[in-house]
Amino acid sequence: MTASVPSITVRGSAGYDGTMLFDGLEMHIGAGQWTCLLGPSGVGKSTLLRLLAGLDTHVDFNGTLETSDGIPLAGRVSYMAQSDLLLPWATICDNVGLGSRLRGERPNLEKLTKVIADVGLGDHAEKRPGQLSGGQRQRAALARTLMEDTPVVLLDEPFSSLDARTSFDMQELVARHLGRRTILLVTHDPGEAVRLCHRIYILKQGRVDQVESLAPPFPRDFADPEVFARQSALMARIREDTG
Amino acid sequence: MSGARYIIAALVAVVAIWEFAVIVTGVPRYILPSVGDVMLAFVNNWSLIGEHLIVTLTEVVLGIVIGTCLGCVTAIQLETSRAARLFLRPILIFSQAIPVFALAPLLTLWLGYGMISKVVMAILIIYFPVTSSFYDGLVNTPKSYLDLATTMGTTKWRQLFLIKVPAAAPSLFSGIRLAAVYAPIGATIGEWVGSSQGLGYLMLLASGRVKIDLMFASLLTLGVMSMGLYAIISVILGRLSRFNG
Repeated sequence: MTASVPSITVRGSAGYDGTMLFDGLEMHIGAGQWTCLLGPSGVGKSTLLRLLAGLDTHVDFNGTLETSDGIPLAGRVSYMAQSDLLLPWATICDNVGLGSRLRGERPNLEKLTKVIADVGLGDHAEKRPGQLSGGQRQRAALARTLMEDTPVVLLDEPFSSLDARTSFDMQELVARHLGRRTILLVTHDPGEAVRLCHRIYILKQGRVDQVESLAPPFPRDFADPEVFARQSALMARIREDTG
Repeated sequence: MSGARYIIAALVAVVAIWEFAVIVTGVPRYILPSVGDVMLAFVNNWSLIGEHLIVTLTEVVLGIVIGTCLGCVTAIQLETSRAARLFLRPILIFSQAIPVFALAPLLTLWLGYGMISKVVMAILIIYFPVTSSFYDGLVNTPKSYLDLATTMGTTKWRQLFLIKVPAAAPSLFSGIRLAAVYAPIGATIGEWVGSSQGLGYLMLLASGRVKIDLMFASLLTLGVMSMGLYAIISVILGRLSRFNG
């Protein structure tokens, strides 16, 4: 990755049809760090992520979205969702190189081959998504994100549809490969937040609170008692706040 | 029982019921000939029937190809242009409110007794199902694919041809399968109204000369042609759509 890695600050409020989704939001997404937005379903986590991605949200957002280098986020963001979003008619190779084709560029074949091999799918490059397991498909989605090579990565519950073992392996793989990019992870899993993130925000009942996170290195060892303790505390906090 | 065995069993059942009805009712052969009579008429007139079959088959295949191309272009216009939606939609719906049967005499008057008026009939009858099914597929492309394409930075046309068109392929294929069934109806109606060639013409000719066995042989040939065309198109589309998940 050659582009500069910005930090992002979001301030403001959002709502629709007179219903406030969140108000007085102030969230800082550190440069080259993992920031987690935690909270139960339906509180607006994904909406916030879509605002950052420049996607249609159907909400009215009143606020500011600032980057540390002053350059807009458009064109510098890649997006990994809960579903792998692989095109079923295209091979894994074509899916991973999709961004280049959509921009009318010729994909860098050397880089494409390397990225696919890096996520352990070297033998599956010519297969179609339907021929792969859920974990392999999510690894292909990671390869697509790595191929985009953007300084900012938005992760919308990318591990939630995987079984526990595959989810754990994917977290390690994603953390290793995404390196020092600016990452926003939206999740409802406190364990994921504690293991992976430098900074954790909880979004609930229309407001955002920052909670203390663990010190690096990330990802933290799942057997670390401190991870367990922090995960339990975080879960208690979410339950207490959501009533 | 395999699929082929079911088809054979169904055919045997139809033939048995037909023969049984002829024998039991004692209906005259100029009203309902027996299966044997029809087979004999087919054997005695296979060259004549084959000659007219080629004409009808050409009309139908041309109708399907041209109608599908026009339907695809219209669906893409409707999807990409708001003005086209506002302008074309009412015309499309109005065109469907007029029975194609009613247009057949006009088309024959304007385009003559040759093949063109029949091809146009086939096009008219399949144009709307193809347009409608492909357009539905285009507008129902999963939004998540489009979101991904947006974050990757793309143009409207690349998004259309790399994401929307492949995603809409299964819907388009349904429309083309319908076209394979409807197109022979359009061509045959055209031949009834005014022509000197084709299976529809041969049926009318046979009916006028009270050669009901030949009429049935022509009708059955038309049915087998339509089923064969549908089967070939289904196999081709099935092979293409296995890549769509």
